[in-house]
Amino acid sequence: MSSCSCCGGTAFIFPCSGGSNVGEYSDRIARRLGRDTAASMYCLAGIGGNVSGIVESTKAADKIVVIDGCPLDCARKTLEEKGIVSFIHFRITDFGVAKYKDPVSEENVAGFAARIATEAALGKKESTNVVAGCCS
Amino acid sequence: MTKKLQILGTGCPKCKQLAMLTEEAAKELGIEYELIKVTDINEIVSFGVMATPALVVDGVVKVAGKVPPVGEIKKLLA
Repeated sequence: MSSCSCCGGTAFIFPCSGGSNVGEYSDRIARRLGRDTAASMYCLAGIGGNVSGIVESTKAADKIVVIDGCPLDCARKTLEEKGIVSFIHFRITDFGVAKYKDPVSEENVAGFAARIATEAALGKKESTNVVAGCCS
Repeated sequence: MTKKLQILGTGCPKCKQLAMLTEEAAKELGIEYELIKVTDINEIVSFGVMATPALVVDGVVKVAGKVPPVGEIKKLLA
């Protein structure tokens, strides 16, 4: 693990991780992107719970990707409540998935993740930094 | 009451700069403080912080991922 990388380039992914099939898609896609791209999945509950370290780290991010399952847009609204309004937003139902109806498939998880990685310009993972932010 | 000021960072120049400016801000405000540098990565992430350097005042992360100017730090300490 590299200890410090404060040269910027921080990208966080916030899925809604809701209880429905589209919520599950958002969660699985975010975890996949966190593994495969330079972005890190972060904790939406920490934003809603007003955990200061999570809120302040998010405010410092260079890029934020929000993945909501449905038009309720809970993840987007949770971030906006904290004044975080600059992000790239995706909605799983916009990808043609019907809420509560279509079963979650690994093929779609991979396909949607690739689409989001491309549209949000998420670079490839180059390090395993846990903490972003510092450099010489 | 003594304020507990913690600087989260692994010791890079930006972390040192934040520590220096925080100390300067605290002195200008004339407050009683204790400044602690937290360099252990596990302790840093225990705050939920994913961007360093960060300033923690009495257990609350006030800023992360940047080094604000002294004037701004003074507002965070006040």
